[in-house]
Amino acid sequence: MTGLRPARTIGAVVRARLSDTTFAPFPVPTPRMQPSVRSGEAVHAAATPHQLAAVDAVVARLATLPGALLPILHAIQAELGFVPPESIDRIANGLNLSRAEVHGVITFYHDFRQAPPGRTVLKLCRAEACQAMGCERLEQRLRSVHGVAMGETTADGALTLEAVYCLGNCALSPSALVDGQLLGRVSEAHLDALVQNARMKGGSR
Amino acid sequence: MTFTGTVTVFVPRDSAAKSMGADAVADAIVRVASEHQQAVQIVRNGSRGMLWLEPMVEVKTPSGRIAYGPVTVADIAGLFAKGFLQGGAHALRQGPVGEIAYFKKQTRLTFARIGLTDPLSLSDYEANGGLVGLRAALAKSAAAIVDEMVASGLRGRGGAGFPAGIKWRTVLGAAADQKYIACNADEGDSGTFSDRMVIEGDPFMLLEGMVIAGLAVGATEGYIYLRSEYPDAHIVLMAAIARARAAGWLGASVLGSGKPFEVHLRLGAGAYICGEETAMLESLEGKRGIVRAKPPLPALQGLWGKPTVVNNVMTLAAVPWILQHGGAAYAAHGVGRSKGTLPFQLAGNVKYGGLVEVPFGITLRELLHDFGGGTASGRPIRAVQVGGPLGAYLPTSKFDLGLDYEAFAAAGGMIGHGGLVVFDDTVDMAKMARYAMEFCAIESCGKCTPCRIGSTRGTEVIDRLRQGDRRPQQEALLRDLCDTMANASLCAMGGLTPMPVLSALNHFPEDFRRN
Ligand SMILES: Cc1cc2nc3c(=O)[nH]c(=O)nc-3n(C[C@H](O)[C@H](O)[C@H](O)COP(=O)(O)O)c2cc1C
Ligand code: SF4
Ligand code: FES
Repeated sequence: MTGLRPARTIGAVVRARLSDTTFAPFPVPTPRMQPSVRSGEAVHAAATPHQLAAVDAVVARLATLPGALLPILHAIQAELGFVPPESIDRIANGLNLSRAEVHGVITFYHDFRQAPPGRTVLKLCRAEACQAMGCERLEQRLRSVHGVAMGETTADGALTLEAVYCLGNCALSPSALVDGQLLGRVSEAHLDALVQNARMKGGSR
Repeated sequence: MTFTGTVTVFVPRDSAAKSMGADAVADAIVRVASEHQQAVQIVRNGSRGMLWLEPMVEVKTPSGRIAYGPVTVADIAGLFAKGFLQGGAHALRQGPVGEIAYFKKQTRLTFARIGLTDPLSLSDYEANGGLVGLRAALAKSAAAIVDEMVASGLRGRGGAGFPAGIKWRTVLGAAADQKYIACNADEGDSGTFSDRMVIEGDPFMLLEGMVIAGLAVGATEGYIYLRSEYPDAHIVLMAAIARARAAGWLGASVLGSGKPFEVHLRLGAGAYICGEETAMLESLEGKRGIVRAKPPLPALQGLWGKPTVVNNVMTLAAVPWILQHGGAAYAAHGVGRSKGTLPFQLAGNVKYGGLVEVPFGITLRELLHDFGGGTASGRPIRAVQVGGPLGAYLPTSKFDLGLDYEAFAAAGGMIGHGGLVVFDDTVDMAKMARYAMEFCAIESCGKCTPCRIGSTRGTEVIDRLRQGDRRPQQEALLRDLCDTMANASLCAMGGLTPMPVLSALNHFPEDFRRN
């Protein structure tokens, strides 16, 4: 299912049908295109002891906040880039919630990832004001030239592309957020440079 | 020419300005100034809201603040060569800020201070009228503050337009050991950014409004629910809260009055429905953002079941002005039952996009043509969506409509949060109608069937309609579905999605017949 962020409550079949009609099929690969993977499908190794320690530290630090679950999930993701599935037990214990409650919250909110993202995260706005200025062209370019569709990570782990619905920069659309930095009047040339930068950034996932 | 004195240069820190390179421009000004051995003081101010001019740099001169924009790093050397630190002539020179027509024609009450100074300076805030409203409120009884709010006629700016004073009166009248002020800063509507500009450009004004609300209803704690899509606003707001606390504006004894008020900041997590007030309360409580049935009203059983004022950022930001100048002064602006000003936001395919604070009653044509200057693409305007993703698409024949809550509702529209998204004649309105249904499907909380299922079915029906598959039947089906969604949904997400869909179908039927 390309293009859409995972819907929460409608069934997977409905979702698949919905998104099938949303976008053209994945384009014929060009020589420059590299395969990409859905973030959620990335082969995910078990969380490291370091990651689990980070989760425990966050839970210990924030558990007494009123309504602590979202702040805890944000803090974990800020530190690790995602919320490892192994966190669920630890958070549930720390907050005296059921595992289902924690899992339900993680999956309800579009922000929380359950698998590590690429080294650079590009959030591309696809709401109305950005559509009025051609954000679909940008999405198309990322897909056909750079081989990454919404919700996917490039196979080299350089870049994750996510859909976002308004960044409050609608007078300077199309807009995008790159690792937390807002961009306005984004062009295809911007994107090309951005993807190239992301690919040059070293390190592994 | 070299000056001995230090010249003050303003470069906005607003994220829209930063999105166009304001940080690099500020750095370049410092660098080139030092090459010229010229001392400059850079002030990172809020944005004046003329966003097509961002980064808009202002230079303080003896004859006032002179604006230049849009400035890029490549322009800096040339600007220095033309003596811009003295207000020299240059192609980018826009003149004194107050003389720019776009700015001059506005009535800035809420946005009066934004862009003047460093948004995080406590002393600048006080020097420019900050805290006057709060001090006036501290001298009044709770009931008298509420009376002032009722007199102002201020209606909720988050979309529903409910009178703020009446809501406050309900919370004041509720007996409870704890009450809350919950500020809705989820600003999910495409085409809107006024909440963001207030938070980044004048955060103390929002905090002051929240404290006054607390005094008015007897609440000692406030929560701000900020969308996670606003990382810059988050940083500014965290800093503002810390500074206000350190200065004793917040805390155990607000301004030494002995009255406590504390503000907590929470981030959303990318769910549009969490802008709906009861879903927001659920989210603040750490749960999934599922809409609650009403009654009970949040005013009686809100956050953690306690009486809660839920107000939008713009609603709360208008409060200090009202307490400073009086409810009657506020109500003197506007038309009919739409009192005061609204910061409209011009967005999308518009030449002069930005923030325009004017009294209610202005027409769409004035906003889109006189302020907006038509489209950015230079092509004719075909449609404008007013009031966010649940608002109507209007054709140019409706452009003489005055913007007030009642007139707009009568014409089948909604002002909402005051965002106007402009489309040129290349837009496919059937595609936009489809997107409205798709968005509802993505963002539905899933609690009720008309919205959860209807939005997905609606997307499919529009697809068939666009493909020309049994068109009359599909159109009848779509209208029937919209009727069900409008009348049987629990909240306005499902209830109002038919508005963009049907307005597109009714005003632009030809777009549904392309195949
Ligand atoms: C789907 C949906 C989304 C909403 N999003 C927002 C929002 O982002 N910000 C906001 O202030 N109000 C939003 N509202 C309106 C709130 O439910 C509520 O009316 C408002 O926060 C009350 O504050 P006010 O009276 O000051 O406007 C939304 C409503 C619905 C149905
Ligand atoms: S209308 Fe949609 S968003 Fe609102 S309660 Fe029903 S399912 Fe949830
Ligand atoms: S619609 Fe894209 S930034 Fe608002």
